[in-house]
Amino acid sequence: MPTLPAAFAELEPFADWALPSEADRYAKRVQSSMDELQTFYDAAFPRLEDGAEYLKGVALDGISDEDRSLLHLFEALVTVSFPVEVWRQPRVPDSGASSIDVVVEPVP
Amino acid sequence: MPHFTKPPEGSWTEHFGLDTGPVSYADSTSPAHYELEQDAIFRKTWLNVGRVEQLPKNGSYFTKELDAANTSVVLVRDMEGEVRAFHNMCRHRGNKLVWNDYPGEEVSGTCRQFTCKYHGWRYGLEGQLTFVQQEGEFFDLDKDDLGLAGVNVDVWEGFIFVNFDPEAPPLKEYMGRLGAGIEGYPFHLMTQKHTYKAEIGANWKLFIDAFMEFYHAPVLHAKQATDEESRKLQGYGFEALAYDVDGPHSLVSSWGGMAPPKDLGMVKPIERVLRSGLFGVWDAPDIGELPEGLNPARHPAWGEDSFLFFPNFTLLVWKPNWYLTYHYWPTSYNTHIFECSLYFVPPTNAYERLQQELAVVTFKEYGLQDGNTLEATQTMLESGAIQEFPLCDQEVLLRHLHTTARRYVAEHESGQPGTPVQISAAS
Repeated sequence: MPTLPAAFAELEPFADWALPSEADRYAKRVQSSMDELQTFYDAAFPRLEDGAEYLKGVALDGISDEDRSLLHLFEALVTVSFPVEVWRQPRVPDSGASSIDVVVEPVP
Repeated sequence: MPHFTKPPEGSWTEHFGLDTGPVSYADSTSPAHYELEQDAIFRKTWLNVGRVEQLPKNGSYFTKELDAANTSVVLVRDMEGEVRAFHNMCRHRGNKLVWNDYPGEEVSGTCRQFTCKYHGWRYGLEGQLTFVQQEGEFFDLDKDDLGLAGVNVDVWEGFIFVNFDPEAPPLKEYMGRLGAGIEGYPFHLMTQKHTYKAEIGANWKLFIDAFMEFYHAPVLHAKQATDEESRKLQGYGFEALAYDVDGPHSLVSSWGGMAPPKDLGMVKPIERVLRSGLFGVWDAPDIGELPEGLNPARHPAWGEDSFLFFPNFTLLVWKPNWYLTYHYWPTSYNTHIFECSLYFVPPTNAYERLQQELAVVTFKEYGLQDGNTLEATQTMLESGAIQEFPLCDQEVLLRHLHTTARRYVAEHESGQPGTPVQISAAS
């Protein structure tokens, strides 16, 4: 059963990244290898421009399950962009054991 | 040769009448000094505990743990719509009144009355004791004398503050010239909120230090920019557009050409597509005229103003029409809880939500670097191996903060306003 809008069906293999909370997306990032992060980035980034155009037409009130998943998938791309574009490692360099955790965030 | 004009005295530090000698951080490494700060600062000054949007209707409440003032408070909107604050404590045997499951965790919700879990005593939202279980068993008990212990509470521009000093000046007066300068900013329009929390292994003032100077930014955060841009930034270093000080409060006004950047090559690929980044969403929502107190240098390259309202409330207003707050809540001399809330005009569609997510996550990546650096600073300061440290003119607000905090302690100990203080190791 598809979880993303039909126009983004090719990203279905990465639907497990469509997590509702920033905390979950960050946890998945730091538990992934750089190869896994790069593979997701290489598949999703080329679709980000189309995704942005598509999401401009999506209201947050009454958002459908498919559109919500697409939003979360691109939010996960935001999370993954830092290790891929900047850090070259899943964790923030020199961040050691420190953590900053989300305690309030909008839904969706 | 400075890129931005300095005051006639030649430096901001001298302009504000501050010493230019090396400083000691002994005020950040001593349990005894922290105990003095608790009495002299955290039980004396106005503390921002939240915003009015957290109390949307009559009966809405939230609790705030204030270790530094050695108490917990409950904030509530009463049945008349007034915001009230009480010590979160039952008058009967001292049990914490409002909590769920874990007594140390903050809670929020809506209720018509507060009921103590222990013996079922009940209090109205105005604090009055309304019900005592088996009242006839007590001796000469007058319910009118046993209301909740009230705490001074006031609201400035939608920000709720408490104060444990019955003699405290009114909040508006306390906020001073810097507060007055930003009254009217449409904080109430920016209700889309993301909050982050971290336990930091450093004295509360040391983390404020980290966010009141941007001298560190081109170095510590070098990798956040593209390589070429990063080399350029380190070459320039950092200079603020302006600093200001009013009583215990301070302001650093900074440039910020990154929203949008002059050249798209300066920013990361995802920022180019989503038109957003550390400085916020490039396409700012229309919020009308800004108050006079923002961008005090009237500089066209203005990017953000960071206000520190003493002791522990940072309000950072960004040019692309959003703001964030930092709070540093001490839990001991070398630990504190850091809270950051980012506030945006609510997105009108899912794309704008995604743009805001990039600004939020970028903040978090920077914050993780800052937080860990601070633990490294605290442990070495505690070694005592070196006692005095130089501060540059771009670190003037650190000097001001430590001087202010020491002054509160000195005046509290002597009982004399205007007690002179030094922050060098010799003091």
